[in-house]
Amino acid sequence: MRDFSYLRANSFEEASSAAAMPATMLLAGGTTLIDLAKCGVTNPERLVDITHLDGFDAVTVDAEGASIGALAKMSRVAADPSILENFPAVSEALWQAASAQIRNMATIGGNLLQRTRCAYFRDPASFPACNKRVPGSGCSAMEGVNRGHAVLGTSQACIATYPGDLAAALVAFDAIVHLGGRKVAIDDFFLLPGATPHQEHAIQPGEMITAITIPASVAARHSTYLKVRDRQSYEFAAASAAVGIELEADRETIRDIRIGLGGVATKPWRARAVENALRGKVLEPDIVKSASRLAVEGAIAHGGNHYKIELAPRVVERAILKSGALA
Amino acid sequence: MTIVDTRMKHGNASDGLLGGRLARVDGPAKITGAADYAMEYFPEGMVYAVIIDSTIASGRVVALDTAAAEACPGVLLVLTPDNALPIRTATGWMGEPPPPVPYDPLAREITFAGQHIAAVIAETFEQATAAAALVKATYEETTPISSFDDPRSGEGNPVDMMTMEWGDAEAALVTAPVQIEQEYRTPREYNVPIEPHGLIAHWEGDMLTLWEPSQWIDGMSRAYAEWFGIPFENVRMRSPYIGGGFGSKAFPTRYGAVAAIAAKMLDRPVKLAVTRPQTFTAFGGRPATRQTIALGATREGKLLSIVHKGANETSMNDVVVEPLGSVTSIMYATPNFSSRQNIVPVNTVKPGPLRAPGENPSAFGIECAIDELAYEVGIDPLDIRLLNYAEEDPHAKKPWSTRRLREAYAAGAEAFGWAKRSPGVRSMREGRQLVGYGVAAGTYPVRRTPGEAMVRILSNGTIEVASSSIDMGQGTYTILAQTAAEAIGVPVETVVVKLGDSSLPRAPVAGGSQLANLMTGAVHKAALAARDELIGLAINDPNSPFRDLQANTLTIEGGQISSPRDTGSALGIAEVMRRTGRERIEALRNTLPEELQDEKERFRNYTTISTMLSPTEGDYSLHSWCVHFVEVRVDADFGTVRVARMVSALDSGRLYNPKLAESQWKGGIIMGIGQALLEEGLVDPRNGHVMNNNLGDYLVPTNADIPDLQVISVGVPDTHASVLGGKAVGELAIVGVGPAIANAVYHATGIRVRDLPITLEKLI
Ligand SMILES: Cc1cc2nc3c(=O)[nH]c(=O)nc-3n(C[C@H](O)[C@H](O)[C@H](O)COP(=O)(O)OP(=O)(O)OC[C@H]3O[C@@H](n4cnc5c(N)ncnc54)[C@H](O)[C@@H]3O)c2cc1C
Ligand code: SF4
Repeated sequence: MRDFSYLRANSFEEASSAAAMPATMLLAGGTTLIDLAKCGVTNPERLVDITHLDGFDAVTVDAEGASIGALAKMSRVAADPSILENFPAVSEALWQAASAQIRNMATIGGNLLQRTRCAYFRDPASFPACNKRVPGSGCSAMEGVNRGHAVLGTSQACIATYPGDLAAALVAFDAIVHLGGRKVAIDDFFLLPGATPHQEHAIQPGEMITAITIPASVAARHSTYLKVRDRQSYEFAAASAAVGIELEADRETIRDIRIGLGGVATKPWRARAVENALRGKVLEPDIVKSASRLAVEGAIAHGGNHYKIELAPRVVERAILKSGALA
Repeated sequence: MTIVDTRMKHGNASDGLLGGRLARVDGPAKITGAADYAMEYFPEGMVYAVIIDSTIASGRVVALDTAAAEACPGVLLVLTPDNALPIRTATGWMGEPPPPVPYDPLAREITFAGQHIAAVIAETFEQATAAAALVKATYEETTPISSFDDPRSGEGNPVDMMTMEWGDAEAALVTAPVQIEQEYRTPREYNVPIEPHGLIAHWEGDMLTLWEPSQWIDGMSRAYAEWFGIPFENVRMRSPYIGGGFGSKAFPTRYGAVAAIAAKMLDRPVKLAVTRPQTFTAFGGRPATRQTIALGATREGKLLSIVHKGANETSMNDVVVEPLGSVTSIMYATPNFSSRQNIVPVNTVKPGPLRAPGENPSAFGIECAIDELAYEVGIDPLDIRLLNYAEEDPHAKKPWSTRRLREAYAAGAEAFGWAKRSPGVRSMREGRQLVGYGVAAGTYPVRRTPGEAMVRILSNGTIEVASSSIDMGQGTYTILAQTAAEAIGVPVETVVVKLGDSSLPRAPVAGGSQLANLMTGAVHKAALAARDELIGLAINDPNSPFRDLQANTLTIEGGQISSPRDTGSALGIAEVMRRTGRERIEALRNTLPEELQDEKERFRNYTTISTMLSPTEGDYSLHSWCVHFVEVRVDADFGTVRVARMVSALDSGRLYNPKLAESQWKGGIIMGIGQALLEEGLVDPRNGHVMNNNLGDYLVPTNADIPDLQVISVGVPDTHASVLGGKAVGELAIVGVGPAIANAVYHATGIRVRDLPITLEKLI
C-alpha cells in the first residue's frame, strides 16, 4: 500500500511548518492532487489538510481592489456580487471552468496550482519520458498527440499548456499572490518551463498561498473572459482571453487595455505586445484585428496544435471588441 | 433476483397497456439509489483483483518480476500466464466450435497497448492496486502499427463476404454525366458507459456465481461454463441493472476469465472492477473506418451508379468487420452498384460493437455523398433523396415490409421549417454565427431471434413475468409489464417483472435492437397461455363460481374475471384462485420454430447468434427508418459548431411505449451529436496508446451541447417485422446524425468536413 500521513492543520503556523517538511503537499479541495495521485504522478508522504484553517476564505472588495482568500471555493468567488461588478472577467473565468461539482470543491489557491493536462505527464507507467515529471527524461509530447499543447512560452524541454482559466484573468489585472508575508506579482509567480519545467512557480518549501489580491482598475471593471473550447461546458480552453479596457473621455481612444491569454501558453500569458499596440489607439475593428495578431508573436507549433496560432488572435480580437462595448 | 414492482403514481390507466406512456418502472429505484447494480454485492470473504496491462503495443513479455508485489501486505496471489489455472477456449458467438487449445486471458505475446499481462489479488482494493504498480514487466518490443494511417498497414485484407454487386457499377460510373468521388472517415469511438465494467466471481464447489453487468446473460454464461468445463446450469449470472452498455457488455471478456480463475484458485469471491482508462482497452469500441464513395448520376441528380470501397481497422489476430456498405446498399435506388470492404489489422484491442455498428459509419458516407451530389447538380438535398427513393430493397430485391421514410421526410421537413432554407452555402448568418441547415437519413435492420418467457399468476392475483433478458435502461422491465398487463387484462400495477438472472427462462442477446420485439412476443404468448389456463380453471373447476354459467369463455378486464353473458358476476383473480384452491398458474412459452424446439437447438438459440434471422430472410425486407433535420451555428472566426435545433422523424413501427422509445431515440441522437462533434480516440502513433482514455479528455456531450430535441414517430404497426408490430428502436436514431450535422456545417460554411469529429481546427 502507498501509505501517507495525513495532518489536519489547525493554524497557519502549523500548516507552514508542516509544509516545510520533505515530500509534503498541501491538500485543499483535492481535485487536482487526488487525481494526480491516482495517476501515479504525485506520491506525497505527507498531506497537510488546510481546508480547516480559519480566516483564509474571505472575499472582500474595496476601493483598493479585491482580496480573495486562498481557501475560498471557486463557485463562491464566481458568484460574489462585488467580484462580478468589479472584476467580471474573474467571475466569468471561474464560471466557465471545470464542472459545478469541481467548482464547489476546489479552492482558489489550488486552482492556481493545478497541473497541466498533458496526457504524457499524466501517464508515467506508459510514458517514462517527461521532463516536467522527471527532469532530463525527455518530452513525449513534442512528437506525440499535442493538439492541446502550448504554442507560447514553450521550450526545448516542455510544451505543456497551463490549463487554468482564472489565472489568465488574474495575470491581465496584475494580481498579487500572497505567500504569508511574501508577495509575488502573478506574472513572476508562474515560471516559464525553460530547461526546468518541473519548477512551475515561485513557492518555496514551507510557503503556502494565503490570498490573492487584485488591484482595482477601470479596465478590470470593464472586462470579460472569452473561452473557446470543443464542448460548451466542462472543458479546458482551446484558447481564451481575459480582456479589460478603459477608454478616454472621447469614448473611443483606448487609455488602458489588459489582455491575459489561456489555453495557448505554458503559463498564464500576458499579451503585452497587443496591449502596447492598442494603448492610445482608437477602438476600431481593423485596428483591433491587426493588433490582435501580435498575440502570437514568436509562437511555435508542434503539429497538432498549429490551429491555436490562428485561433488565439481571433479570440483576442473578439474579446477586445466585447469588452470595448462594455467600456 | 431483481424484482421490479410496477407502480404508477402518475398518468392514467391506459398508460399501463401496450402503447401507453408508462414511466420507467425501475426509475424510482434508480433515482433513490435503491437499484443494486451487479458490482454492489459484497459476498462474505470477497477479495479484490487488479489487472496489469501491457505498456507496449507490440512485442513480447520476456519477464515478469512479481516478487515485490507478492511481498506486499494483503496480497494473496499474483496471477501470471505461468501460474494461472488453465482453462479451455469457449464456443464463439456465432456458434463456431472452439479450437482445442487453452484460452489465455493473460498474454505473453503483445498485440496492443493495454493488453492484460498479469493480475494482483489482495484482501483490499487499495492493497491490490498498490501491489500491481510494483509488478515489473520486461518486454521485447517491436514497432507497432498504431492505426490504419500507418502506411505499413497497407490496404488490408478483403472480406469477400461483404461484397455486393449488381449491374456494372464501374462502367456506369465512367459514362455518367455527373461523377463525384470522396473519402469519408470516422475515428475510433469508445462505449464508455457510466457504469464501469467488471464482475464478482464466486465459486461454491463447481457452481460459479457471477455478478456482472451483461447484455447477454445466456451467451456469457456459456463461455464461463466452457472455460471451466462445467455444465451450463452450474453458472449463475446475475445482472439486475446495467448502467449502459451500447454493445460493450454483450460478450465474455478476458478480465472476466481472470476474475473467475482467481476466485477458483483462491476459493474466495473475487471482485474485479475495470478502471475508466481500461474501458478503452479491456474491450474494444467502434473501429476507425474509411470509405470511398463514387456516385455517377444524371444532370438532374438521378443515380446511375454507386461504387463503394470501405475499410475498417481490426486487431492483429481477429476478424472484425464494421459493415460499411449496409446503408449504402439500401438507402437509394440505383441500377448499378458495387461495394467492397477490407479490414486492416493494426495493434489495437479487438474492436467491438458500438450502437449501430456498420449502419452508423455507413450512413456517414452515403448520406454525405448524396448531399454533395445535391449541391453538384444544384437541387435541394431533400429533393435528391426523394428523387432516388428506393421503392423496394435495391439489394435484396424484395419489398419493404414498411418504409415510412417518405412520411418521415414530410413530417420532419414540416416541423423543422426546411422550406425556409436558403439554398446557397454561407447564405444564412446571424452576426458572426454562420447558420446552416442539414438533412440526412438513417436506417437500422430488424433482427429476429426467438425468445422465451415465464408468466405466472399467483394466488394473490399478482402476475409475475420472468426472463433472463436484461434492462440496461432501455425499458425492458416496463414494456414487459405492459405486455403482460394487456394480454391478461390486469392493471399494470399487479405485474412484477424479474430479469437479469440466468436461472430464469432464457433470452438471446440484448443487441441489434431486437430485444423489445422478441421479448414482448414471448411474454405475450406466455401471458395469453396463462390467461387461457386461468379462464379454463374458472370455467371448469368444481369450486369456481363461474362453473354454473356453463360459459365457453370468460373475459378478464382490469383484473376482474366476468362472463360475457353475466357481467354482474365479476370476481377478482385472487378470489378465483382462492376459491379453486390454486397456488399458481404458470406458463412457460417460447417463440422458437418447430425445428429449434429440442433442447440442443434451444440452447444454441440463446447462447449464440447463429439463429438470428437477417432482415431479408422471408418475403420482405425489414428495417426501421429515420431522418434528421439539423440547424447548426458555426462561429465564423472560431470554427466552433453548435447544434441549435434538431427535428427527427422516425419509423420504428409500432411503439410499445412511446415515452421510452422517444427516450431511446433522443439518447441515440445525443450520442450522434457527440460522434459528429466531439468523440475521437487519440492514438499515439509511436506506441498505439489511446491518449485520451478518461472522461476528462474523451469528450462526450454535456447538457449544454444539446438543444431541445424534437422526435416524431411516423411508424405504423408492422407485423411482418414482429409479432406485435414493432421494429428496431434502440440503435436507429444515432444513424444519420453525423452526416446531417456535417451537411449542415457545409451549408453554413462551404467547408466539407469528411472526417469526424468536426472539430474547430477543421473550420478555421
Ligand atoms: C476534469 C477536470 C476539468 C477541469 N476543468 C477546468 C477548467 O476548465 N478550467 C480550470 O481552470 N480548471 C479546471 N480544472 C481544474 C480545477 O479547477 C482544479 O483541479 C482545482 O481548481 C484545484 O483546486 P483544489 O482546491 O481542488 O486543489 P488541490 O487539488 O487540493 O491542490 C492542487 C495543488 O495545489 C496545492 N495547493 C492547494 N492549495 C494551496 C495553497 N493554499 N498554497 C499552496 N499550495 C496549495 C496542492 O498541494 C496541490 O499541489 C479541471 C479539473 C478536472 C479534474
Ligand atoms: S510537454 Fe511537458 S509535461 Fe508534457 S511530456 Fe513534455 S515535458 Fe512532460
